[in-house]
Amino acid sequence: MNSIVVKNLTKKFGSFTAVDEVSFEVKRGEIFGFLGANGAGKSTTIKMLCGILEPTSGDALVGGFSVAKEPDKVKQNIGYMSQRFSLYNDLTVEENIDFFGGIYGLEGNLFEERKKWVLHIANLEGKEKLLTSSLPGGIKQRLALGTAVIHKPQIVFLDEPTSGVDPISRRNFWDLINSLSAENITVLVTTHYLEEAEYCNNIILIDAGKLIAEGSSKQLKTNYIKVPIFEIECSNVVEAMELLEKQDFVGETSIFGNNIHVITNEKFKDESQIHNLCKSSSINVKRINKIIPTLEDVFIHLLEKGKK
Amino acid sequence: MKIVIHFIKKEFQQFKRDPKMFAMVLIAPILQSIILGYAANLDINNINLIVFNQDQSRLSRDYIDKFTHSGYFTITKDVNSYDEMTKDIAASKALIGIVIPRDFEKDISNNRTSHVQILVDGSDGNKGSIAFGYTQGVTSNFSQQIILESAARRGIKTSAGSITPEVRIWYNPELKTRNFMVPSITALILLLTTTLLTSLAVVKEKELGTLEQLIVTPIKPWQMVLGKLIPFVILGFATMALVNSIMIFWFGIPIRGSIIFYLFSSFLYILSTLGLGLFISTISKTQQQAMMVSIFGAMMPMIYLSGFAFPIENMPKIIQYITYAIPMRYFITIIRGVILKGIGFADLWREALMLFIMGITILFLSSLRFKKRLE
Ligand SMILES: Nc1ncnc2c1ncn2[C@@H]1O[C@H](COP(=O)(O)OP(=O)(O)OP(=O)(O)O)[C@@H](O)[C@H]1O
Ligand SMILES: [Mg+2]
Repeated sequence: MNSIVVKNLTKKFGSFTAVDEVSFEVKRGEIFGFLGANGAGKSTTIKMLCGILEPTSGDALVGGFSVAKEPDKVKQNIGYMSQRFSLYNDLTVEENIDFFGGIYGLEGNLFEERKKWVLHIANLEGKEKLLTSSLPGGIKQRLALGTAVIHKPQIVFLDEPTSGVDPISRRNFWDLINSLSAENITVLVTTHYLEEAEYCNNIILIDAGKLIAEGSSKQLKTNYIKVPIFEIECSNVVEAMELLEKQDFVGETSIFGNNIHVITNEKFKDESQIHNLCKSSSINVKRINKIIPTLEDVFIHLLEKGKK
Repeated sequence: MKIVIHFIKKEFQQFKRDPKMFAMVLIAPILQSIILGYAANLDINNINLIVFNQDQSRLSRDYIDKFTHSGYFTITKDVNSYDEMTKDIAASKALIGIVIPRDFEKDISNNRTSHVQILVDGSDGNKGSIAFGYTQGVTSNFSQQIILESAARRGIKTSAGSITPEVRIWYNPELKTRNFMVPSITALILLLTTTLLTSLAVVKEKELGTLEQLIVTPIKPWQMVLGKLIPFVILGFATMALVNSIMIFWFGIPIRGSIIFYLFSSFLYILSTLGLGLFISTISKTQQQAMMVSIFGAMMPMIYLSGFAFPIENMPKIIQYITYAIPMRYFITIIRGVILKGIGFADLWREALMLFIMGITILFLSSLRFKKRLE
């Protein structure tokens, strides 16, 4: 069953189209990754799905309700954590939980139980009286997630929940996301970190408001790049990259650690082309491997293709 | 309603941690009361007077004594030339100058009219005209006394019907500006808390992004509006109590009329000031903007055009018409009426009705706008 069905969703700000006819579907209980460069339109899409922004055209069913026609019903079933920290910094941990719990109409035992749960996942048991502004970034994000799902919604939208958080906290945060998904809660999450995209069941990539790729990480890697990709370990990395980029059999190149990733194109015949090139320009090649593309390769390839 | 209460609770928790807010809410009213009660005191109980007495007769000295005995005047100087007098008045050393002609006593004893010249420093119009009024009063008293005396001397009985004008100043018997200004501070304080602070509080949530978080909750726009406004109503009435206590116990200005009607009309008044605050919050993106719009778009026109700072009767006709669109105008009339004159609903129902109509309209329209913004 699909929790979210998006159809031709479009948002214009004046004459500028921030989200352009985007369509996709998200299954119940899955972790759905939403990727794109800065300004691609991720936040705008999420805001429409949460009923904060009215779509210019198109529609989406979120938990079975139309975001264009019944945004109030949509709001009953969702949790949302915005890109900016949006708890009250000048309230204590407990006051924030009490406030949002109250707004969601939680009461009595159920509320006490949820409050305990939020404090538990945020690692704030016994620290209820701390001022929220004094918490470290990672803890703040966990508290924000906890309050966003205090009412046990079926669907959660997380807009860059891990930006600006250290790697260990990020890892912990993803454990939390996984545990939500295990409870059959649908999680739609945007991120800039491609390694985080690997934790998602399905991914979409948007660029300049348009959806340009979708599928699981495995599907993306096999479906969107049909040409061979090589990882080259060599001397004079920068020089080698410049040289390779000028060749008509090379699509894109990128640096990956100390190595170069070369995405070829239709004109590419075999590996010897690269060997010969390097020999003729005195670049010392240590190793050339044909590889399965990483997500980064796929995205660079797709985004470059989009530019051309 | 429970949701509204949660909201109100949250607002007060935030007040508690915001020292700036406290300064605004508590210190500003006290300062305003003191400044308007003391510094902006336009009262005249000590008018400096210069006399150029060219006659130096018994009668002219009697005349001058009337001024000193009235308690309102102090003679700072006897001058010997007209020039000296005009110079001193120009230098603001005196407010009033009196020139007594050479034949003052002679003319009067010969039953001729004598002309006394009075110079008034009119640079502060209000003060000047009040001082002039006093001067006229003393002079006409004196002239009446002469007429009576001379009539008596000549054995004429004054007819029973002779009229002695006796001026009585009502409502503000001591003619104190303080009595006029201090009660109106309530209107200003309520404006400050319900327009400026409300708009700032809403825009702050917009700026911080917490408004977005609220919008995704199932909270209804009216619940949010109430939750946001009620705390400021409470705050407004608390400061009103403070200002009125200062007024009663410090400045000794009692509330002569009905306190219930006073509170009721204050409530009607804040419907429009809250509405304005809400409206400003829907058109401002930053707190800075909200502050500017509140001060220049709402507070200044209210203060200048409501009769708070300047009497409406002294304004040009066209501006007088504009003042009818200013809610604070009606409230100021009510405040002064209730506190100084002790009148109530029977005399002030028109003003109350105007406040009610304006308040409901402004609040309704801004709430509609607020609702749209949520989408
Ligand atoms: N209210 C608005 N009015 C006008 N333009 C807007 C508005 N909100 C967003 N935009 C523009 O729409 C585009 C998409 O913005 P959006 O915030 O959705 O991007 P994003 O993918 O979330 O980017 P980021 O990774 O930086 O968060 C941007 O170019 C942005 O400037
Ligand atoms: Mg964004």
